[in-house]
Amino acid sequence: MVSPVTALPQSLDFKQPLTPAVQGEIEPDGGNAAAGRVAVRIENLTKAYESAAGPVLDDVSLTIGEGHIHGIIGRSGAGKSTLVRCLNKLVTPTSGRVIVSDREITSLDGAALRAARRDIGMIFQHFNLLSSRTVAGNVALPLEVAGVSKADIRRRIPPLLELVGLTSKADAYPSELSGGQKQRVGIARALALDPKVLLSDEATSALDPETTEQILHLLKDINRRLGLTILLITHEMEVVRAIASHVAVLEHGKLIENGPTFDVFAFPKSPVARSFLSSIVAHDLPPEIAGRLLPEAHGDTDPVLRIVFTGDAAHDPVIATLVERFRIRPNILHGRIDYIDGKPLGVLTLIAGGLGERLPDVLSYLSSLRLFGEVIGHAVRPAAPGARRAHS
Amino acid sequence: MLFDLLPPALAGLILESLKQTATMVVVAALLSTLIGLPLGILLVATEPGHILERPVFNRVIGTVVNLVRSTPFIILMVAIIPFTRLIVGTTVGTWAAVVPLTVAITPLFARLAEAAMREVDRGLIEAAESMGATPFQIIAKVLVPEALPGIVAGQTVTLVSLIGYSAMAGTVGGGGLGDLGIRFGYQRFMPEVMLAVVVILVVIVQSVQVLGDWAARAVNHRIARRRKLA
Ligand SMILES: Nc1ncnc2c1ncn2[C@@H]1O[C@H](COP(=O)(O)OP(=O)(O)O)[C@@H](O)[C@H]1O
Ligand SMILES: [Mg+2]
Repeated sequence: MVSPVTALPQSLDFKQPLTPAVQGEIEPDGGNAAAGRVAVRIENLTKAYESAAGPVLDDVSLTIGEGHIHGIIGRSGAGKSTLVRCLNKLVTPTSGRVIVSDREITSLDGAALRAARRDIGMIFQHFNLLSSRTVAGNVALPLEVAGVSKADIRRRIPPLLELVGLTSKADAYPSELSGGQKQRVGIARALALDPKVLLSDEATSALDPETTEQILHLLKDINRRLGLTILLITHEMEVVRAIASHVAVLEHGKLIENGPTFDVFAFPKSPVARSFLSSIVAHDLPPEIAGRLLPEAHGDTDPVLRIVFTGDAAHDPVIATLVERFRIRPNILHGRIDYIDGKPLGVLTLIAGGLGERLPDVLSYLSSLRLFGEVIGHAVRPAAPGARRAHS
Repeated sequence: MLFDLLPPALAGLILESLKQTATMVVVAALLSTLIGLPLGILLVATEPGHILERPVFNRVIGTVVNLVRSTPFIILMVAIIPFTRLIVGTTVGTWAAVVPLTVAITPLFARLAEAAMREVDRGLIEAAESMGATPFQIIAKVLVPEALPGIVAGQTVTLVSLIGYSAMAGTVGGGGLGDLGIRFGYQRFMPEVMLAVVVILVVIVQSVQVLGDWAARAVNHRIARRRKLA
């Protein structure tokens, strides 16, 4: 028997304290238990290959809420493909459990496993379509495999092709299709048996940016219309940002981050996640600026303040308040605002000239607005214009 | 045209030999496909990491196949005489030649089919597994259809080899064109018979090759083809 959702083990234990602004928002299971039913539960999953040095997956625990698009991001070799293949037991884990829609996949074998796999659709980076079959024939394959009658198959293909916008290509062979069209066939094929969960292993990684966007849009649309849970494996942050409601970060087989996409993007806890995000969110300063910061304050330095703006607070006149109330002379070093999951996320780094002893007041002002501020270093105060040194 | 140049009696002989060759080749080809394709499937599917992983069994059948393939045909023919007698009740004649031909050619076809199926992208097999396909379904719906162009090409190679082997089998009582060429062309000094036999064999081999190439192309959808406008 599967225990009720509320009794989920709180298996993810992040050692680092949460940032003030979001304390209490990120839950170890990414907020899934509160949100509703669980579609996939991964418990202490470990996979080691005899040939590999360390484990490819190291005690991974993760729950995925029903109807969510949950991204799993990590560098090449992090173990993403292995993890996703444990979910339909294409890879047998060394230890740990996987439960997909109340069925413990890891304990199944033979016919029972094959039956369970029919509830889990899968799409692939290289599409994996049969070259010997037409588009309609490829979509028919899972139905044939499941023993659906010929007449039923004929009935069920057209709506599937319509869903992915390929009605006119029913009789084309994959070799006559573009990459985006091939992935659409892959999606229609994966949906043919009305799965509860869709696994996507780098489904857009072989596509150009424009096609990627179309395919992601299609996945989001399917997610919304069918309430389908999607596990989105990718090494591209853009993919997660575009459609994932939740995201987990995998590094060297370990889950190092997990939560709602916005929270992970706004307050990444690990350096790895931060560097992953750097293409999207300006958490880290460009190296040429970062290199000039000093770790310690001196007599002639000013603190460098990093402020993270989230959601609603992004409308407050924060800079004006800093200037007027705290008499700061802000010198903006770096900044950017992005939209994650439809919510604005801004990161601003500035030299807080003339801040003096008022730093604690400033930080508490920021946190009263549910903004997050921190001192990330110190910058040498520019010399007075008259005393300017020749070389600078 | 060719037959007009030969005495009617000889033309009849050639026709008779042609029929014997055709019988040997076609029957042996059918049997070697029937046995060789499953053997090729087993060679692929039972290797480590594949859908019916059986490493020991795989090594055993691999060794047997290699043994048969490395035995010269003429020795094989003699070596399996008891087996031939058991199957067809005699060791001479066209039907008796079919047995060693089949035994000799089946491992060749099995290896060619194996090579074709080994080329099938593992991703396709993985996709079928993710749908809940059984190993048998994967073989029938993925492995064989996807390898079909290669299997057909292997079939062509097999047929051409069979035509060559059948000439040898003929000399030990199987009859056929090879036998005719040796008996009349060589032993009775009738070069025109030898020439006719060679010409006929060349035409047959060419036709088989052309037909085989065409068939392999017809079942290959891996490369986009320009559709002719109706
Ligand atoms: N069958 C295997 N045998 C040995 N090592 C493997 C096997 N499959 C994957 N690995 C190793 O596991 C690690 C993770 O691989 P993978 O899950 O494909 O990572 P990702 O999808 O994140 O790039 C890699 O170092 C890879 O070499
Ligand atoms: Mg991968």
